[in-house]
Amino acid sequence: MTITPRLAWRNLWRYPRRTWLTVSAIAFSAMLLVFMITLQLGAYDMMIDTSLRVFTGEMQIQRQGYLDKPQMRASVPAAQASAARLRQATGLQAIAVRANGFALASSGTRSYGVPVIGVEPAFEPRVSTLPRLIKHGRYLSGDSAQEAVLGAALARNLKLGVGGELTLLGSGRDGSVAATVLSVVGIFDSGNPELDRHVVEIPLRTFQDVFSMGEEAHAIVIAGPGMEQIKQTEARIAALLPAGQGLVLLDWEKLLPGIKQMIQADMVQNWFTYIILIVVVTFSILNTFLMSVLERTREFGIMLALGATPWRLGGLVLLESVLLTLMGIVLGIVVGGGIAVYLHQHGFTFPGMKEIYAQFGLPGVIYPKLSFASFTLGPAVIFLFTAAAALYPALRIRKLNAVEAMHAV
Amino acid sequence: MEHTVLCRNVSKVYRQDTVAVQALTDVSLEIPRLDFVCLSGPSGSGKSTLLNLIGGLDRPTGGEIYVDGNRVDQMEKGALAELRLRRIGFVFQAYNLIPVLTARENVEFVMQLQGVAAGERTRKAREILKEVGLEDLENRRPGELSGGQQQRVAVARAIVSAPSLVLADEPTANLDSKTAENLMQLLRHMNREHGVTFIFSTHDKLVMEFSQRLITLRDGRIVDDVRRD
Ligand SMILES: Nc1ncnc2c1ncn2[C@@H]1O[C@H](COP(=O)(O)OP(=O)(O)O)[C@@H](O)[C@H]1O
Ligand SMILES: [Mg+2]
Repeated sequence: MTITPRLAWRNLWRYPRRTWLTVSAIAFSAMLLVFMITLQLGAYDMMIDTSLRVFTGEMQIQRQGYLDKPQMRASVPAAQASAARLRQATGLQAIAVRANGFALASSGTRSYGVPVIGVEPAFEPRVSTLPRLIKHGRYLSGDSAQEAVLGAALARNLKLGVGGELTLLGSGRDGSVAATVLSVVGIFDSGNPELDRHVVEIPLRTFQDVFSMGEEAHAIVIAGPGMEQIKQTEARIAALLPAGQGLVLLDWEKLLPGIKQMIQADMVQNWFTYIILIVVVTFSILNTFLMSVLERTREFGIMLALGATPWRLGGLVLLESVLLTLMGIVLGIVVGGGIAVYLHQHGFTFPGMKEIYAQFGLPGVIYPKLSFASFTLGPAVIFLFTAAAALYPALRIRKLNAVEAMHAV
Repeated sequence: MEHTVLCRNVSKVYRQDTVAVQALTDVSLEIPRLDFVCLSGPSGSGKSTLLNLIGGLDRPTGGEIYVDGNRVDQMEKGALAELRLRRIGFVFQAYNLIPVLTARENVEFVMQLQGVAAGERTRKAREILKEVGLEDLENRRPGELSGGQQQRVAVARAIVSAPSLVLADEPTANLDSKTAENLMQLLRHMNREHGVTFIFSTHDKLVMEFSQRLITLRDGRIVDDVRRD
């Protein structure tokens, strides 16, 4: 080993207590960042997952342009057959067909304009949590049943209960009048006001009959095996997409752009907090670095006299800071990472969180996200900041004059 | 290039705020190769100033200084560092050594700066430490060595880089007379065996006795310059 690293290492241990305090400060902030970032990314995944599980699914096949301009005629041909093929080809069962329309929903006394959704009762529960959130009655029984389920708020507004009669009046795909009377078999309460106030679900075949859709529908909803495999799932489905029908596969970022924006805003806010933490730590470290340089002025003077260049001394000081920071960071990653791994296995939740989420049929447990990035991002930023802080004393050495330095005590 | 050191009309003025201190006035000096020169004079007479100027640690206000034919007073910083590294050894009054390095590592430090390979570095360091009588103490740190032993390590470090000139500013100031005498014998030995020119300063009569040539400074001027051999 050359002498410089030895020198740097031993210089660190001249004042072991000071070094340990500094290492601890760095380790603590690195640990905190690893813990918070893995948890934060895990929370995003949970949030995305929860939002998608309620209704949207992870991805949908639609006709090109339908997302921006949902016209009835922009439909997916032979939708059920296509969905069945996809299930078979991929082995994924959480694939369901939906058709969307709009109707005036009325009970005896009141009417509201609402979206009406045709669903496959056998597959819909696999892509959406709504069927499991039926609080009164039951879910739809079969593809051609003359039944409807609706949101709790809508049911209240229409003064309808289970067993009541819902009249739908709209226009079909071909412009003809679409009208039917269905019996209300279930009322769901999802906690999501958008859904509870507006949505009416009816069986797909019934929908297709009423709205003159033939075999067509508007979306094939896919809820993959989980966020972690979402990219692979997307690639597999995309490869199976029938060509020449103008169909597109849309992922959740396109289906629910609001989530992504919310996450980005949250991320900015969190990083703001992290940076403040890092800056505070950096200043306390800068102080240590400076002190350790100032108290060695005489020694540096001797080294300069012996013919060491200021560059070399600056490099020595920089090396010391880097060693110090790396010790802290490694310690922080080990401890913070350990906590993250533990929570990844056991889940992170706080009192009450599970109960609140359970009401909506969701787990309410955050699993910290373990990845190279989530482990190293925070510590890397700490490293950059402290390295920048170490530059200051390193550059100060360059101004040192050997004679004056040797007179220092 | 028959002179190791050549000073022509060197003067040095220190300015502190508004006060100017004339530390050296019109000093001219020739020191031939292998000379063993003592700078004597009372405290404040300019001994350290002159040694620092010769060693390129500071710049004169006026005059010219040459070491091995190189004009030191106008050399830029990097070249000066290189000159000190290759041609000049230093021994200071005390606390010469890097405290976290062992005796041998302190000696190796200069060779590392010179770019000597690790194996050769260690071999040379052992050799020179043996020569200064510290072969058994090579793994001790300065704090575990006596003042005299520390100064011996400093001498070893100055010599090991094979300089042509060693500047020693009051190397015995912190030593008792017996130890001082031993150190002076060591310097003289190095002067002869390694062919190195020595300039040392002192205000100790006993130490002056060792010199071949005794230069006396007073108020920044050379007032006496006698050859004693
Ligand atoms: N850095 C400095 N700033 C101001 N005056 C100095 C400085 N160094 C030395 N002097 C002055 O220069 C004169 C010579 O000092 P010095 O060379 O240290 O003498 P010596 O080594 O013989 O004791 C003294 O008057 C001293 O006060
Ligand atoms: Mg002096």
